[in-house]
This record gives sequence, C-alpha cells and structure tokens, in this order.
Amino acid sequence: MEGYVFPNEIEVQWSLLIVLYPFITGLVAGAFVVSSLYHVFNIKALKPVASFSLLMALSFMFVAPMPLMAHLGRPERGFQIFLTPNFTSAMAGFGYIWLMYLILLLTETWLVFRRDIVRYSQTTSGIKGLIYQVLSLGRTDLSESARRADEKAIKVLAAVGIPAAALLHGYVGFLFGAIKANAWWSTPLMPIIFLLSAIVSGIALLIVMYIITMKLLKRPIDHDCVNSMARWLLVFLAFDLTIEGLEVLSMAYEAEHSWEVVSELITERIPVTYFGIQIVLGSLIPLAILGTLAAGQIRKEVIIPTVFAAAVLVMIGVFAMRWNVVIGGQLISKSMRGFTSYTPPLGGREGVLAAALFLALPFYIFSAITSFIPPWQRPTEDYGDGVETPTEAAPAWETSRGRIGGDF
Amino acid sequence: MALSRRRFLKLGANATVGGLLIYTLRGVLPSSSPGAADAGTDDAAEGYTPGDTSWVFIIDTMACIGCGRCVRACKEENDVPLEPHCNRTWVERYTFTTDGEVYVDSPNSGYDGFADAELPEGARGKEITRSFFVPKPCNQCDASPCTQVCPVGATYKTDDGIVLVNQDKCIGCRYCVQACPYAMRYIHPRKGVADKCTWCYHRITKGKLPACVQICPVGARKFGDLNDPESEVSKILAERNVSVLKPEMGTKPKAFFLDLDGEVV
Repeated sequence: MEGYVFPNEIEVQWSLLIVLYPFITGLVAGAFVVSSLYHVFNIKALKPVASFSLLMALSFMFVAPMPLMAHLGRPERGFQIFLTPNFTSAMAGFGYIWLMYLILLLTETWLVFRRDIVRYSQTTSGIKGLIYQVLSLGRTDLSESARRADEKAIKVLAAVGIPAAALLHGYVGFLFGAIKANAWWSTPLMPIIFLLSAIVSGIALLIVMYIITMKLLKRPIDHDCVNSMARWLLVFLAFDLTIEGLEVLSMAYEAEHSWEVVSELITERIPVTYFGIQIVLGSLIPLAILGTLAAGQIRKEVIIPTVFAAAVLVMIGVFAMRWNVVIGGQLISKSMRGFTSYTPPLGGREGVLAAALFLALPFYIFSAITSFIPPWQRPTEDYGDGVETPTEAAPAWETSRGRIGGDF
Repeated sequence: MALSRRRFLKLGANATVGGLLIYTLRGVLPSSSPGAADAGTDDAAEGYTPGDTSWVFIIDTMACIGCGRCVRACKEENDVPLEPHCNRTWVERYTFTTDGEVYVDSPNSGYDGFADAELPEGARGKEITRSFFVPKPCNQCDASPCTQVCPVGATYKTDDGIVLVNQDKCIGCRYCVQACPYAMRYIHPRKGVADKCTWCYHRITKGKLPACVQICPVGARKFGDLNDPESEVSKILAERNVSVLKPEMGTKPKAFFLDLDGEVV
C-alpha cells in the first residue's frame, strides 16, 4: 500500500480466481474460432484440429464458471443469476450467455461425433456400449444423406458460433470496460482487446495441446496444420498487440488526470508482468518467431519446436494480460492518490493451489472425453494424416492408445 | 426537520453522552441502547411511506474536528465489523504543506480520532499551511452505479432515494464494490455479502437522525428532508456553496459538501 487508499480498498476484491475466469473463457472462444475456420471457411489444413479444438473448447467451457462460483461470497446463491437477473447489470447476462454457448458447443460436438458414437455403440458391449447408445440419442442413421444433413447443421452451428464466441468473450471484456469507476478498465476498446487476446490464447493452447497429444500418442504431427495455426496465430497476435498498444497510446497522448496513476501503475506497480511478460515475452518475441517462420526462414526440422515455444510464450503473455487487467486495475485507488497491493495466498479457496486445480481440471475433462470419442481416430472418417484408421471398435480403455493419460 | 443551532448543540451533547453510554453498557444492557433493537436491519420502520421525503446529507468539512465519534457510532449502530477494511463511513485528514504537497490519510478509518494520530509519513517535519477533516458517508447516488451493476437486483433504490442492499439476496460477487467510484462498499466478512451506508434507513424512517449525524458534537454532518423548505438542509442548499464528489462520474450524489476544497475526491 502506498499513498492514500480509501479504507475499504485495503482488501482487493477480485482475486486470482477472477484472473482465471477471462483466461479460461478466452481459451474456449479461441479454440472454437479455429474449429469454425475449418467448418465454415473450409481451411483444409486445419482439419486435424477441427474436432480436436471443439472438444478442447468444451472441456474448458465446463470449468469456466467454476472459479467465479468459488469466488462468490455466497456461492449457494449463485444460481440466482439465472432466476432473478437484473438486466441493467452487465454481469446478469453471464449465466445465459454461458448456457447458450454451452448448448451450442454440445450440439455441434454431438453432430461432429454422432456417426463415430453410433459406430462405437454397434461394436462395443457392456456399460460402455450402453453409454454410446444413450449418447447417440437414438439417431443411428449412418447413411450418406444423414452425413450430409449432419454436415450442413455443423456448418450452420459453426457459423453461428463465431459471433457467439465473439459475444462470449467480448462480453467478458465489457464486464471490465463498463466500470467507469476504474481508470484502467474503463475503455470501449476492452471488449475488442479481450476478444482478440482470447482468439490468440485459444490458438496458442490448441497448438500446444495438439503437439503434446500427438507426441504422447506417438502419432504423426501434421506439419501443414501446425504451419497454418502458426500463421493464424501471427495474424491475430499482430492485431491484438496493435489494439492493446493503441489503447495505452491514446491514454498517454490524451494524458487526462487518470493517466498520472495509470502510467505509474504500468511503470512502477506492474512493470514486470506488463512490459516484461505481456508485451516483450508474450507478444514481441513470439511475433518475431512467428514472423520469421512465415517468411520461410526457419528450417523444416525445427518448425514444430519453434511454433511450440512461441505458442507457450503467447499463453504466458495472455495470462499476464489477464492478471494486469484484473489485478492491475484494482491496485489503483479510487482516491487517485495511492495504490494497494496484492499477492495471492498459496492455500485457501482463492489461493494459488485452488487456481492450479481449476487450470488442471479442463485437461482432465479433455482426457475423459477423448477416451470416449478420440478426435484423432475417427472410425467414420478419413482422418487425412496419412495414417490408416484401422479400427472401428471403441477406443480401448485398457491400453494407453487413444488416451492422454490419467485414469477415468 | 428544522434544527436551531441551540437544539443542534443540545442534540449533539445528548448524543455524545448517549454514545458513551452505548459503549459502556453494550452487552450489559443491549435493549436500552437506542437503535440496538433494529441494528443491522435496513428495513423501513412500520407505517413509514417512502416517497414523501427527499433525504439529503450535508458535510461541513470546516466544522469537523476529527474526533471519530461518527465512525464509532456507525460501527456500533450498524453491526459493522471492526476490521479496518469494513466501513460504512470514515473520516479523512487532508494536510497541506508549504512545498505545495497534499497529504491524505485516514488511520483506522478515523475510528480512533485524530488527536493522537501521527502525520502521514511524507508530511512529517514539514511546515503545514492548512489541514481539515472530511467525513464520508454514502452519496446515495441518484444514478447509482452499484444499483446498475448488481446482477441479481439485491441492491436497489428505495422510493425516497436511499440505496440499500437486500442481504438475503446478495450473492457476494463484489461487482458493486468495483463499480462504486467512492469506495463506499465492502464485503461483510461474516455474512459474505455487500454492505454499505444506508444513512441509517432504519432510524430515519422513524424520524430519528442517522447515528453519525446524531452523535457529531459540532454539526459537521447534517441530514434532512429537501421537501421541507424550512429544514436546515433546504436552507443550506439554497443559500450556500456546495459541491458533490466526482461529478464527472455522472452519479448525481445526494451528499453535498459545504465549501469543499478542490483536492478532495
């Protein structure tokens, strides 16, 4: 604490868990956009990750509201947001937007994997076979016309899903951008910044997860696919950095009264996480790496590890950005005369360990879902990676094949 | 309600004695303390119809002596935890030094008064040009951001313009705390819900004064009904130079400050 902070501001209101919330929803939105690039815009190179990214988005979507719930002073009343929403509140839409998007994701996932599920239900016995039968929802038609109907519906949902993803994450940005009491949050650019960084983080995570998963499964990594993702990452990262830069540049140039504290915030309170991690490590360095790659200046053998490294840096950068917005904004006292401080505790409901748990959970869910419907082994579809899809039986639970690890 | 100076001083003196009694007898004779029976409830008194009144609060920073009685009375009256970050009201000290610097502090929210409070670190040893205290109640904004952002409608504005929290409904999301430009809100550590100054709604709807107004020995906090042209507050607002905090926020506060220094936020 330094300078004068209003008495009630001694306690920072939104903790590490609220840093996770925009981070996780951002990953959902980003992963979904990649899936739609294939389904809607027919970017063929992205086929190997089209359904992969859908399952990834779904895994993170389940977890997205959890840190919020855990943060509530009265979690048992959290459901009230559905029952008695106050529509002048930006936050009141959260439950509905999340639910709508979850339904959309579930529906599209089901359509994409329906034929696989039906095939598994025919070749698997026991409880697992029964689960497949239930999951097929009784629609067992495997004919060519049924496939075309599915694909048409997928295309529509994937198209609807793009503005929905934009809404989901632009909305998260609006939650912060609409708070006029906070000089660091209050900007109409906030939804756009959140949206772009969401797409960036989603693509980056997809690159990381795709490469790790293929390595673990000892499957070939599709170079064209990684290359394509790297290019999309480059484009969105460039836009993201530009808009984020413009925001601060405008503030600095207009130099209103609030700039005095905002500039002190970024240069003295959060310089490491802002300039060091968010800008240099998480944006400029990956931008340089991906730019070099796009210019064809990187040897083919090292492309995968290079893209992997860039993607990891981008994810760290976006996490730092969430931290700098959520925590950084709260460090500024509304007295405009001082700063409070925040260090997350290790344990407790809102500590580092709880946050780590929330971040690990989507990966566990992902491994559970993919043990049922592995996106890299489609019995009803030519996978396109040059590898035969030899089995039409359900993915084996007993062997490591088809699983990322972890017991389910 | 019109308050003559004499009646005001008498009231202040009574309140001081009464306040001391409250502190001494608390726990021993809880039912004898005024307001104790309805402490912590923000409901209007029975038979009270909101809408006939237009409450305003006026703060005279030049009158405040920084005794901290208002802060203590508020915590007592409204079940406000003693933790330093839990305050429905507080008192700030502004100190101006010859080198043109302004220092603001509020040690323990002004709860202990300022008689023994050291100067803020930077101001020590410097020559002071002037200094004053600023008591801060909720502004009960007409366009209150806290009401706007509450996702479940737990925060609401009564017909007589007071912003209250239905603590049986509040989910503790803290969005209102973020949205208030004046940092008037806090999360009640025991209840897990938002809490704020209500201008002692449970008292004013019974014709009493807010606890902090009643106990102030110097009349630095004034309270009354703007619909009554004879009230002290009506006269002050008609005749004197008043301002509100952060008018650029567009919140339309109903707490007015007499001859306020431009440095106060």
